Amino acid sequence: MPLVEVHDVHKSFGDLEVLKGVSFDVRQGEVVCIIGPSGSGKSTLIRCINGLNNIQQGSIKVEGQEVNDPNLNLLELRKKVGIVFQQYNLFPHKTALENVMMAPVKVLKEPKKEVEERARALIAKVRLGGKEDVYPGHLSGGQQQRVAIARSLAMRPDVMLFDEVTAALDPETVKEVLLTIKELAAEGMTCILVTHEMGFAREVADHVYFTDRGVIVEHGPPEELFTRAKDERTQRFLSQVV
Amino acid sequence: MKTVRPFRIDAEALSSFLPSRAIRGWQGLLLLGIFLASLAAAQAQGVAAPQTPSAIATLIEWMPFILKGFVLNLVMSFLAMGIATVLGIALGMLQLSHSRLLRAPAWIITHLFRNSPWLVILFVVMLLVPFEVELPGGRNLILSDWIKATIAFSLPVMANVSEIVRGAIVSIPRGQWESAESLAFTRGQTLRWIILPQCVKRAIPPWMNWYALLAMATPMASILGVREAVGNAQAAMEAAGARPELLVPFYLFLLLLFFAYIYPISIWTRAIERKYAVET
Repeated sequence: MPLVEVHDVHKSFGDLEVLKGVSFDVRQGEVVCIIGPSGSGKSTLIRCINGLNNIQQGSIKVEGQEVNDPNLNLLELRKKVGIVFQQYNLFPHKTALENVMMAPVKVLKEPKKEVEERARALIAKVRLGGKEDVYPGHLSGGQQQRVAIARSLAMRPDVMLFDEVTAALDPETVKEVLLTIKELAAEGMTCILVTHEMGFAREVADHVYFTDRGVIVEHGPPEELFTRAKDERTQRFLSQVV
Repeated sequence: MKTVRPFRIDAEALSSFLPSRAIRGWQGLLLLGIFLASLAAAQAQGVAAPQTPSAIATLIEWMPFILKGFVLNLVMSFLAMGIATVLGIALGMLQLSHSRLLRAPAWIITHLFRNSPWLVILFVVMLLVPFEVELPGGRNLILSDWIKATIAFSLPVMANVSEIVRGAIVSIPRGQWESAESLAFTRGQTLRWIILPQCVKRAIPPWMNWYALLAMATPMASILGVREAVGNAQAAMEAAGARPELLVPFYLFLLLLFFAYIYPISIWTRAIERKYAVET
């Protein structure tokens, strides 16, 4: 059974239909990249998977549980699905360590000592050992984004969503964030990424989806999609960005 | 075409004229000097008969009495600020409630008390709030005038605290709510752990400003016979023979008294404002 099943999803903001029937599956341990021009609905799609955006039609299942269900236990869903945003959104009044510890302690009510151990290990894992007591305002964009990844991992999710996580970063800090994600993928974490980093998508993705104007135009393994795109829209987009 | 807005006020330009920004430490000393000089002038003017004590001597004699009244000003200001803060925070959060039934009354209360003269609120509370309230245990609670005045002063400040809180909450970027939501925080937990702690820094300087305004407003209670500093000063002048030469030194003393209390608060507020501006 796929870990995430997206089936015929429609989503509108007022009169504007952003997603016009999108379907795809993600299996356990798979790394999926969603690429496409701005405004094609990529971010909206990824945000629907953890229920930040609701959908009007279709079905999204995470581990068999329907997300588009009014009686859904959001806590259960969000324990399973972690998300990292373009703007990091760290809590500025808390140190890096406190940012990572907060949700497990306050929401999951896990013992503080255990969580702290885990949080320190996660911070070391994203190569920020020594920055535990630093406030987000004193970290670079790339460092903040890695804290955000650690914060999300602290909830022990089964799948991680990355919403253009390098788009707001300085070029020199993009690499360190991509490296962290790459290591995560190598460990077998299921990842769904919306990205503009084509080289990265080509390198780490098991499967790439090209979206345009609310639909999936074409998809396939990266080698195939990046070298032998069939659709004219895909070819045009790739020729512009690669 | 350029739209002309004749009634628009440039807040930034205006603020540079406001006393809180314009007054520096040395200017405070200057004010003190002017006060002392005018006191001497008042003294020189008063050609009192030999048997009556001078205006200054009278003032010194009654000073403890006036200071005792000033303690009531402080007590009223503290209590009113406490009430205003607790109710204002609740009201400010209700203004942002998802439920219209909670939002609408909170909005009305906030705007009603923000946009009414304090003196009128004071009279209304005096007239509407009963002197005695029966408690469930059968005992009666006496609401004396100073308690009523405290309640009255707390209302406009409460409404302004409500707006400060509402404004601070909406000024927190949406991303904070989103990331909290995606980490499984409920709306209440997000407010408690993430949003409100970030609001505190933004809200403290305006909150302190309102405290200063409140403390300065407490002498209004004297109109209704509350024996605070101004009321006591008036009573003292009456008792000392209601001599006209007492007026200037007594009121100047009151001025200095309130200034000596409020001015440090205003300096402190500005220091905090600057500190937080640098930090964020």
